[in-house]
Amino acid sequence: MSSRARKQPLGLQILIYGFAGLWLIMAAFPFLWTAWGSFKVELDFFSIADWTYALTGERTKAEYGSPFTDAGYKGAWVQESFYRNVINTFIICFFVVCTSLTIGTLGGYALSRSNYRYTFILLITALIFRAMPPITLVAGYMLPFFQWNVWGLMPTTIIVLVAINQPFTLWMLHSFFQNIPKELDESAKVDGCTQFQAFRHVIIPVMWPGVITTGLFSFLLAYNDFAVTAMLLSEENRTMVPQVAAFLGTTYTEGNIMFAVASVVSATAPLFILVMFFQRQIVSGLTQGAVKG
Amino acid sequence: MPILSVIAQSIFIPHEAVMETVKNCGPFGCKEVISINHEATSELRAKQPLGRFSGLEIYLDRGHLAISEVNAAWSSSDSLSQFFSRLGNLPFYRAMGFTLTFTFVVTPFVIILGLLIALAVNSLHARIRGLVIFFSLLPFVVTPLIGALVLFWMIDSRGILGTAVQWLVSDPDLSLKASTGLMWISLIVYGIWHAAPFAFVIFYAGLQTLPMDQIEAAEIDGATRLQRIRYVVVPHLMPLVTFVALIQLMDNFRVFEPIVGFNAAAHATSISWFIFNDLGGETRQLSSASASSVLTIIGVSILLLPVLVRTWNDFKGKT
Repeated sequence: MSSRARKQPLGLQILIYGFAGLWLIMAAFPFLWTAWGSFKVELDFFSIADWTYALTGERTKAEYGSPFTDAGYKGAWVQESFYRNVINTFIICFFVVCTSLTIGTLGGYALSRSNYRYTFILLITALIFRAMPPITLVAGYMLPFFQWNVWGLMPTTIIVLVAINQPFTLWMLHSFFQNIPKELDESAKVDGCTQFQAFRHVIIPVMWPGVITTGLFSFLLAYNDFAVTAMLLSEENRTMVPQVAAFLGTTYTEGNIMFAVASVVSATAPLFILVMFFQRQIVSGLTQGAVKG
Repeated sequence: MPILSVIAQSIFIPHEAVMETVKNCGPFGCKEVISINHEATSELRAKQPLGRFSGLEIYLDRGHLAISEVNAAWSSSDSLSQFFSRLGNLPFYRAMGFTLTFTFVVTPFVIILGLLIALAVNSLHARIRGLVIFFSLLPFVVTPLIGALVLFWMIDSRGILGTAVQWLVSDPDLSLKASTGLMWISLIVYGIWHAAPFAFVIFYAGLQTLPMDQIEAAEIDGATRLQRIRYVVVPHLMPLVTFVALIQLMDNFRVFEPIVGFNAAAHATSISWFIFNDLGGETRQLSSASASSVLTIIGVSILLLPVLVRTWNDFKGKT
């Protein structure tokens, strides 16, 4: 690292640090600001009088006696029972991840071991699904779902999300399994394992890094989805994101926008933790596609 | 082999889904039109399932391609700009216009910003890098709608950024939400903010594989810092630039959540929002929505065609 080419004059270094710092502020500041503001009353968060009120919480102090209040959270979680949406979200995410990983690992493993080259078909399907706005697919699903009377149920949404997600998952796991040497399961078979035993005892123990990365991405897709969940779920089955959008519709008139702010912060918190723990996997997952494609 | 059936299913489920949408759109179109005919006169035609011909009508009506209106505008307009402003009054073209503008403005900015951040972070001290990457990932990983809302609240005329902008231009009545142009700009800024981390991570990974000896050779040859970046680093990252551009084109083309989050439908509509608007609400105009969906799919395939052809050639080259 101490090669001459990497040495920098002081001015440039200051410039670089300044730029990185600026970006850091750009990236992180909105979240910190909103998290801080979610403990205030609306008049502080959207302060007409003085923007520093949002920092010090003058109005909040006047109203609740301390610069922090959990009124927004209470309103969202208790009064509007946001917890139901949280539970829904996690049910849907859990099942989407499980289903797509089950199909993905089995299918991806088989694809990578078969002689015929599926790679192109897979890649193109994944690409097409990546390219198409999910809402266009939803338009096609709506009518049959109404006819079969399965609209608004969680399993339906899970199936749709899995279907949208599956080509991508398959492709990612496929390229991951191709990196596991074939000799591994061949030698297991030489030792007398059946094909399934080879998979069970040899491949499964070494496949976790790839599975975790892929799982993360399908979790993010299910968690972040708005178009599909907003269209296909009835009101009591709503997940967090459409619910936040619904808060805006109903609570804006009541002047209680802090419900929405509080629920936004609550919905961001799991992602925050996720990034903290799985940063390496997310980065590797993102770059894997780039290097291969 | 049970696995084989899983493979077959796993490949075919998504395929069928695609086919389904396309196929269903025909029936959707015909159903709508049939009901109109039913009102008009005969049940005879309602019994005939000839969706194809009348199905096209919905594509051509005012809500979508609006052929007759376009023709009228074309023939009555004196100049091109007048023609385009009239085109902007038609909902589908307005959505199309914003989507295309968004796509083609955001994508290059994302690439440039991502590259700059990657270059900067790469020369940071190793200890801080982890922290920077962590915070950089946030705007990308966070739910688009939520990210849009967070920014939206900040640019509110009573929020911190809104106040800052007012102070900068010293106009206390300025509101970013009120004017179409400013709304477009804030949507585009959101788009860049949201996608830059993605480009950054990709480029950063590319920088790790930078050939050191080439850079040193360039330095010995007397290349300045800027020249080294221009002639060694950027060409090295070029495949990644194509990749990021491709992904960004696709992602930005389906821009949707920020419009809901920014409550910007009055000023800017994207194609996705257009479909969403048809699907939701009281009426649930399925036929209209699916007609726009088909148009979108056609648009996407036009956008992707060069890439698909290239991938196909690559693939044939490999085998």
